[in-house]
Amino acid sequence: MIINGVSIDATFAEAFPMKATRAIITAQNEKWAMISAQAMTGFATSVIACGCEGAIERVLDPSETPDGRPGVAIMIFAMGGKGLAKQLETRAGQCVLTSPTSALFSGIDGGIRIPLGKNLRYFGDGFQVSKQISGKRYWRIPVMDGEFLAEATTGQVDAIGGGNFLVLAESQPQALAACEAAIEEMRKIPNVIMPFPGGVVRSGSKVGSKYKSLGASTNDAFCPTLKGMTKTDLSPEIESVMEIVIDGLTKEDIDKAMRVGIQAVCDLGAANGIKRISAGNYGGKLGPFHFHLQEIMA
Amino acid sequence: MSALTFTLKSKPAQRVDMSPLVCQHLSGLSIAEISALTLQSGKLKLRVDELFTLTGSDTQDIVINNSADNLDFIGQDLDGGSITVNGDAGAYLAFGLKSGEIKVSGNAGLYAACEMKKGYLEIAGNAGDFLGAALPGNKMGMKGGTILVKGNVGERAGDHMRRGNILIEGNAGDYCGSRMTAGTIAVMGQTGRYLGYAMRRGTLLLWNQPKLSASFNDCGAHTLAFLPILFGSFKTLNSRFADASIAFNRVQRYAGDMSEMGRGEVLVKL
Repeated sequence: MIINGVSIDATFAEAFPMKATRAIITAQNEKWAMISAQAMTGFATSVIACGCEGAIERVLDPSETPDGRPGVAIMIFAMGGKGLAKQLETRAGQCVLTSPTSALFSGIDGGIRIPLGKNLRYFGDGFQVSKQISGKRYWRIPVMDGEFLAEATTGQVDAIGGGNFLVLAESQPQALAACEAAIEEMRKIPNVIMPFPGGVVRSGSKVGSKYKSLGASTNDAFCPTLKGMTKTDLSPEIESVMEIVIDGLTKEDIDKAMRVGIQAVCDLGAANGIKRISAGNYGGKLGPFHFHLQEIMA
Repeated sequence: MSALTFTLKSKPAQRVDMSPLVCQHLSGLSIAEISALTLQSGKLKLRVDELFTLTGSDTQDIVINNSADNLDFIGQDLDGGSITVNGDAGAYLAFGLKSGEIKVSGNAGLYAACEMKKGYLEIAGNAGDFLGAALPGNKMGMKGGTILVKGNVGERAGDHMRRGNILIEGNAGDYCGSRMTAGTIAVMGQTGRYLGYAMRRGTLLLWNQPKLSASFNDCGAHTLAFLPILFGSFKTLNSRFADASIAFNRVQRYAGDMSEMGRGEVLVKL
């Protein structure tokens, strides 16, 4: 399959079941909602070392937020419910509770309820106030700038992590420009996040390493500087490869995000140095969700 | 299927216990069976059809026409369905209401929504003393749901209230929110003396500055984030509370009652 001169590999991305949640952070203005959201989703690129994968899903209009203030929706993904709850609570406590003018609300009504402000309330040292409004419990926690309002719980749902595609380009600037274009389009798709910095990964990994202590190491088959030293997957003209990783609530959400992302890359096409789109997998034996590139782009 | 309608033939001489006439008790009964039910009135037991003319058949939608202020315990322990009262209701309206809704076009007597658990009660007129309160000697009043009173309420509204909302468009009598454990009482009109007497927790939300006891301490003026959410939850009500223009988030906060636990608050619109 070739789209606008870009070859789409007959391969697939392999993804895994995860648990996910969404929270809504509001503040006096978008600037401070964004600062809090960025703090909460910082150091959350990969479950390998961060404990979770998280990112900003989208900016919310005041008409979409529970308290009518500017807001940001963030999503957090983890391998299990327990880990997810721990990460959510720690991050909410250190990054949202502490952030001036912030308030924190559930972003998923259904699912298993996990604590959001439920335990943060103890920071109120007995001065916290509970309010149950329309069946939802909120905690009003007195803080130095006024009151921190947090919904008691949010929903945890089954989700999928690890959808991905690789952009193979003739130069590093061209690969990055293509990924930026893809991310811009993918951010318009609801229910997905691209957790790596700016949504783009330059250090794709393979399973295992020559060093016993490491479970993963650089994906040498896609490293352009190793073309003459390893069993490479790159043709001579490829000078740079970047990856976009997608976590989403459903397979359909990830399908959609991959489609618009790959399309945006292909729109730049061979004329802009984009040669191939590929994907990362482990032979299909590890992850139950397979995203076949050619099927998605058909 | 039309609403099961009880039209009062004439105001009874004695008070009547209406507690048997709730949706869950009448479900599956024929009109003849319902007519044959007996209601306690003074020391007499009167058949339903001695007091009322019955029409309609939907036991989940009950209407009481020509209702009088001596029909007590209307909607007691109602658990789903609706009761519409055209006229006044006696004491203990919606006593122990579990779910469903009760609407009264006139006034209600003492202890309306006493120990209510959930659901919705709307009183278009005035309500008597002890609205949403606990029975004498009991420690827990209203535990959930919403009460809307478009007129005024008597004394001790929300006495021992535990959870839920009491919304009063008119005035509230003395001791409003007394001994409250939690919940919210909003009063658009004036409030009487001894507001929040011995309240432990909970919120009294006022449009007008009350005369507060010395055991309430001024915590200053604040913009509170939960208020827009609270007002937002009133949007669907048939009430002035649903009007976005009456909402506010800037309040003077008083904490009390300091002679009790002191975790309650009186929030007055600024």
